[in-house]
Order: sequence, then structure tokens, then C-alpha cells
Amino acid sequence: MSDLTTTAPRRKDTPLRRLARQFLEDRIAVAALAVFLAVALFTLLGPFIVPQNPYDLAQLDFMDGGLPPGSQSFSGMTYWLGTDTQGRDMLSAIAYGLRISLAVSFTSLILALIIGVAAGLAAAYFGGRIDTLIMRVVDIQLSFPSILIALILLALFGRGIDKVILAIVIVQWADFARTVRSSAIVERRKEYIEAAHCLGLSRQRTMFRHLLPNSLPPLIVLATVKIASAISLEATLSFLGAGVPITQPSLGLLIANGYDFLLSGRYWIAIFPGVALLITIVAINLVGDRLRDVLNPRLQK
Amino acid sequence: MLVYLIRRLGQSLLVVVVMATLVFLGVYAIGNPVDILVAPDAGAAEIARVTERLGLDKPMWQQFLTFAGNALQGDLGDSFVYGRPALEIILERMPATLELTFVALVLSTGLGVSLGLVAGLWPESVAGRTIMAGSILGFSLPSFWQGMLLIMVFSVMLGWLPAGGRGDTVEIFGGLRVSFLTWDGLVHMILPAINLTIFKMSLVIRLARATTREVVPQDYVKFARAKGVSRLRITFVHVLKNMMIPVVTIVGLELGSMIAFAVVTETVFSWPGMGKLLIDSINLLDRPLIVAYLMMTVLIIVTINLVVDVIYTLLDPRVRLAGTSA
Amino acid sequence: MTLLSVENLQTHFFTREGVAKAVDGVSFTLARGEILGLVGESGSGKSVTGFSILGLVDEPGRVAGGRVVFDGTDLVGMGEGPLRALRGKRIAMIFQDPMMTLNPVLRIDTQMVEAVRAHDTVSHAEALERARLALEKVGIPSPETRLKNYPHEFSGGMRQRVAIAIALLHEPDVIIADEPTTALDVTIQAQILAEVQRLCEETGVAMIWITHDLAVVSGLADRLAVMYAGRIVETGPTAEVLGAPRHPYTRGLIESVPQGKLHGARLRQIDGMTPSLLNLPAGCAFHPRCPRADAACRVMPDLATAGPRAVRCHHPLTDEETTP
Repeated sequence: MSDLTTTAPRRKDTPLRRLARQFLEDRIAVAALAVFLAVALFTLLGPFIVPQNPYDLAQLDFMDGGLPPGSQSFSGMTYWLGTDTQGRDMLSAIAYGLRISLAVSFTSLILALIIGVAAGLAAAYFGGRIDTLIMRVVDIQLSFPSILIALILLALFGRGIDKVILAIVIVQWADFARTVRSSAIVERRKEYIEAAHCLGLSRQRTMFRHLLPNSLPPLIVLATVKIASAISLEATLSFLGAGVPITQPSLGLLIANGYDFLLSGRYWIAIFPGVALLITIVAINLVGDRLRDVLNPRLQK
Repeated sequence: MLVYLIRRLGQSLLVVVVMATLVFLGVYAIGNPVDILVAPDAGAAEIARVTERLGLDKPMWQQFLTFAGNALQGDLGDSFVYGRPALEIILERMPATLELTFVALVLSTGLGVSLGLVAGLWPESVAGRTIMAGSILGFSLPSFWQGMLLIMVFSVMLGWLPAGGRGDTVEIFGGLRVSFLTWDGLVHMILPAINLTIFKMSLVIRLARATTREVVPQDYVKFARAKGVSRLRITFVHVLKNMMIPVVTIVGLELGSMIAFAVVTETVFSWPGMGKLLIDSINLLDRPLIVAYLMMTVLIIVTINLVVDVIYTLLDPRVRLAGTSA
Repeated sequence: MTLLSVENLQTHFFTREGVAKAVDGVSFTLARGEILGLVGESGSGKSVTGFSILGLVDEPGRVAGGRVVFDGTDLVGMGEGPLRALRGKRIAMIFQDPMMTLNPVLRIDTQMVEAVRAHDTVSHAEALERARLALEKVGIPSPETRLKNYPHEFSGGMRQRVAIAIALLHEPDVIIADEPTTALDVTIQAQILAEVQRLCEETGVAMIWITHDLAVVSGLADRLAVMYAGRIVETGPTAEVLGAPRHPYTRGLIESVPQGKLHGARLRQIDGMTPSLLNLPAGCAFHPRCPRADAACRVMPDLATAGPRAVRCHHPLTDEETTP
């Protein structure tokens, strides 16, 4: 409606506060954020509140193997989510597994973010050959499916937490680089960058004080999407047996371990870690979805 | 157009060469190539034979030329496990994967576009909201986990569908084995196909919805209405045609990713395709097979990207013009 | 003879912040072959009025009251089917931005043939021939080959000609033109205006020409209706309204148009801003910006009719005041 302009006076507030207010208008997004914070809290405090350390063999009772949810152990402890075949309390296993899953994915995300932002800013700022070179690498990288690249890397290097992190970083940096570059290039053409140049501000300062902040909104949205896909990728790799080692089982590996018992009816060994994984990823994606709507200037009415 | 095609073809070749080089570096230059290329239990004679065949005493660039030369002739080494050329085994397994991928591609595009259209035309409706909630679930659930749920519900609890395997196959075109033409094969294919479909379908739904919502308020849609054109025609000609450009591009580019993700589906459902073969090879350290899979997939993906680019220029008149004049 | 009469039209937008009365009690008539200029600033409701006639108002807007009587039938509340049969057939529209009105991924022939066949069951070949003739009529060179082109292969002016050709396909009784020259270069604007004037004379089509630019309609329209904040504030024959405006707002509009003969004269502007439709001042919506406003203006004035003219003002300008 080009003809319907509303020029109602709005009360002045900071962009950040406006975003927060818009974000909070959506009940589902708020619920998702609350769930994610609860998951994060559980991840941090989990080892202190769950009944056992699932990898301390002394605490396991083999006699309690394969108990369904809600069973009592011999010593009177309740296995709320049942036990696996070795008598490991699933709730405790999930608490430890979640730590590994989130630690791996957040570490990789931060590394990918740093590398991607640096590469994208460099491409946008210097342009020319550096730009062409970086973007060619990004294009080639992005034309191959993430799972394929990750699998190949792990097939070459073998499994291990550090290798999974490396694989996720290699898979994910390119997206950040491309996003930062495209928004930074838009900004670069604007006059204030010229002005900053004329004022004699250093290149680093121009890049990080002027170009970066304007690339932030798309970057934030991308980071939420990527953290969810990092969690998912790590779980998938571990499920396929190419991810984290058996001694440090993430949620994906817990699910893989339970997979064999799924057909025999002991569903809880695979299902509960899967539910934990699902809740985490869905919560992050819902938050990301809302952020995308809030930060997208085209959808602002 | 021809100039554009040739230039694009050149780029694709370059990508293949780059990837081949990376594979070469990955397999031959990192660690001891002999360790990677012979079976772990190989004796000294075997090691000596491989070392000589690969010419590992020669300088690196010469080794690379040998590797590239062999690869060009389709020789990517013999599988340790099967004792036959790796490429041959990959080619044997490929139809199963491609069949599954193709079915999933058709399903995810067809369902995704229609559901996305509904969600885009009526974003506030119950149907629209349900579709969007479903699509968030669809791309949030890791695909192996979806597959397990499908098995648990439809195979274990309900007992309706088989949990794994390919079922009966028939040969068509003299040698191509397919499942979808036999009842048993079709039944075996349902769950894996759904599994592979859901993730991509969710992406297509979101894309289709977003484009629909972008197109519907455009002046040209209103103008078409002002011309007296029916809603049906507006939806299926004006909106759909605009929507198909990004959708075809994305679906095409995602086809490669679907072939790669078939690795997961095939593992969960014991589907005897090349993805399952890759995982088995990784577990058995059958490196020539890994290399063969990688080279094959790179080739497929590069080809797909090329075809998608061409289709895209055919679909979008604006790009077509820019392409010919450039 | 009255062909179209809009009576007390109400088109409201039901937004989260409240109800915006984009069109609030608009009435006017249009005779066969007449050209009516509907003038106002952005946000005055003139485009929404145009869309309301054909039932093309988008959500969250809707026609909340009033009648649109066309050739004896009320179009408000008419079903989508009969309305569709009318659109493009008897009442056609031309939009503001020719860059946006043609679907970028469909060829011109597709878009014209579908317009023909939306109303007439004719063969594709016949529809194509009619499209070709229509393009010829609006002065597009070599229409045969141009039909095969996509919109982006045309210039802005040429696209607007195509849009006009589409509007003329069915020889409608009324064309609603929503600022059709605003997005064009001034020289192209003049060409299109001349073209439209010629076509109107040839075909005898009646027209509602919506614009914010008085200069454009001054030579074209038979009558003017000036809108402000969803209401008509003044109507009358073009020469009379422009020569001796009654409403202070109309005078403000006229004085803000640069005129060649008043070289060196200062342009005047209307102080203040267009009010938000969600938060209109009480009474006459123009009073906060009006130099003649007083306490009486806090009550909405009626549209007072005198002969062919009408004005909605407590303190209308007299002839002495407006003649320089």
C-alpha cells in the first residue's frame, strides 16, 4: 500500500531494545529461548545434579542393565530414563553426552565464525585478486555437501573430538565468509567508509569498527542456524561411526549405541538421547527463525 | 550462450581437477601413502608391489601425474575387501543410490512446492501454520534420527513396513536393477525414501513459502487480477513460474547433497547403495573404495551444478539475456 | 449520463495499531467518456479508492461500507466471480510503476493473450492478433516481434504503453489510471499523456486519473476531485477548481506547482505533514496545517454543493481571494 503511510510517532528506543521487544512479541520464540536456556543450564550443571558419573565404571552396576524408565536400582536409586545394557543411568549419560555435543559444536562454530569473518572481511575490503581467490575457494567449498566433506576428512584423519571440530570448521567457515563479504561490500560502497578512509583511519579499524557491525544481523541469524546444523552434523558423524571416540560419547553416539536395541523393544536407550538432541536443535532453530524475521528489514512493516 | 556454456564447462573441469588434487594430497601426501593404500594386514611383498606400482620413489609431481593418468583411465585402484577394481564396485552400487535419491527428489520437490504454496498463500491459516511447524521439525531432526523413528513406528510398533534391505529388484534396460517396479521392492523403498525426502522437503517448503509471500503482493499479480485473470491461473502461472526459478536452482544444487546424505539413510535402512558402501569402507579402511566414491561423487555433483546453471539461465529470461550479452 | 457512481465509500485497514480509514465517505460520479482527475498527496486514499472500485483492496484492508454503482449494479459485496468478469473487460486499470506491473518471467504475448482469453473464448491465434493490434494502437513499433519479448527488454515508457494496450484490449467503459506517468521521465510522461488523450477521444472511454501532480491532470481532466486524509475536500470542473480554488488545501496544492509564467515567483509549500490515518485530528483533518483554521474547524464540515462545485470547508476561499 504505497498510499497508506503511517507516520505515528514512536517512542525513541535503541535498536537493540527494539529488537528485543519485537523478539519477545512471539510467544513460541520466547518459549524456545527459555527451553534453550534450560538446556544450556542443564549442560553446565548436569554432572553435579545427575545421580552418577556414567563413565566411572565403579559407579555402574551391571545387574541394573537394560532397565526400563522409572526402575529402582538395587541400591534404591531411581533410573528415571532407564539404563543401557551396561547398567548406565540414561539421564546421567545424556547429561554428559549433551556436554560433549554442545562443546564440540560451539567450539567449531566459534572457530568457523572467526575464520569466516576474517576471510569475508578481507575479501570485501581488499577486493581484486584476494577477493576472487577467497570467493572461488568458498564457491567450491559450498558446492559440495557438508556431510560429504566431513566424512572424507574423518576418513582421512580418523576419529576424535579434535578431528570432528576440524571437520565442522572446514565445512562451515565458507558460509560465514560469504555472508560477511556480501553485507560488507554493500557497506563499503557507502560514503562513510570513504570518509573513514579520508580521515586516515587504519584499515583494521575500518574493517572491524565500521564494516563488521553492519554485517552483524545476517551473521547472527546464520550463526543460530549453523549452531543447530553443527550439533546435527556432529551427531550424524558420530552415529555413522566416524565422529567422537567411544570413550567420549556425544548424544549421536548414545543414539547409535541404542539403535541395536530399538528393534528388540528397549527403545529408551536410543529414544531419550534423541529427544534431548531434538529439543536442543528445535529450540535453537525456532529462536533463529524469529531472529531472522526480526532482523530482516524487508519484512518490517 | 555457447560462450557461456564453454566457459562454464571450463570452470567445472577446473573444480574436478582441484578436487582430484586435494584427494591426491589427502591420500598420498598426508601420512604414509602405503599405509593408506594397502590393506593393514598386507605383507612386505604386497607393500613392495604397491610402492613400485605407485612409483613412490619418484618425485611428487610425477606421482601426481601417474595418479591423474590412472584416474582418467578409470583406474582408482582395487578394493582390499572385494579384490576388484573399486570403480567397478561403486558403479554396481550406484543405481540403488540414484534410484532412492531420484524418488526422494521428486517427492520433496512435488510435496515441498505444493505445501509451501499453501503456506505462502494462507500464512495465517491453520494449514499454513501447521505446515511451517512441521517444516521446522523436519529440518531440525537429524536425518538418522528421523529414520530410526520411522523404523520404530512403522516397522517395530505397527509392523507395516520392512525396516531394511532393498527387497526384490528387476532388471531394466539390460542390467540396471531397480526396486520400484516390484511390489516387494516398492514396499522396501517407502521408509528410506520418506527419510531422505523429509529434510529437503522442509527446505523446499520454506523456500516456496518465502517466494510465494514475496510474489503475491507484487504489482504484477494485482495487475493480473485487474485484467480479470482467474485466481487459479494467477497462482499456477504467475506465482508458480516466479517461484520455480529459485526452487529449481536450490533443488538442483541440493541433489548433490541428497546423494551425499543418502549415506545416512542407507546406513539406517541397510540400503545397499554406494553410501552404505562408503561407511563400510571407512570402517574397514578400504581406502581405494573411499577414493573411488569421492571421485565419483565429485563428478556427479559438478555435473549437476553445471546442468542446474544451464536450466536456470533457460528459466529466467533476465539471466538468459545477461548471459548471452556477456 | 452517469456510468459509475461511488457513494459514501468506506475502505478501512484493520491493522494491529488500529483501524486506518484510508477512504472515509468518498462520493463522486463519472459520466460516459468523462475524465475525472482524482488528486491528493500520498496517503490521501486516492489509490485505495481506485482499487476499492474493482474490489482489489488487499488484506488487512476491506471495503467497509458504501456503494459503487456501475451501470446500474452495485459492485460492493458482489461475488469474486462476477467482479472478475468485469475486471479488464468493462473496467480496466493501469498501474503506477510500469517496471512492476508486468510479470518479469512471462513474455508479453503470454500476458496479453491471457488477458484476452480471460473474458473471450477465442483461439490463441485470434487472441494473439488482437494483442498485436492493441500494441499497434498504442504506438509500439514492430509489434509482431515485440510480442515475443520479455518485459525487461522494454523501456519504462514502452512498458507503460504495453500496460495501456492491455487495458484497451476489451475496449472497456472505464479505465482507472493510478498515477501512470509518475514513474516516467518528463519527456516520456508528455508522450504518454498525449497518447492517452488521443485514445480517450478515439474510443470514448471514461477515465479516473489518479495523481498527486496537478500539472498532469490540468490539461487532461474534465473534472477534479481533491482528496485529503480519506475524504474529498473539493470537486468541480477542472478550470474552475484550478482557477478559483475554494479549499485552502487545494490552493496550497496549486501554489506548490511551479509555473512557467510566474518566473521568479516563490513557490509556496503547505506547512506540516500528512497526518497519520491512525491518528487523525478531530474535525477537518486539514485544520492543523490550515492558515484559516479556527475553533469551528474542530467539527467536521459537510461537503457543501454549489452548482457543479462542492467544497468541504468552514471557511472556503472566495473568488476575490483567489484571483491574483
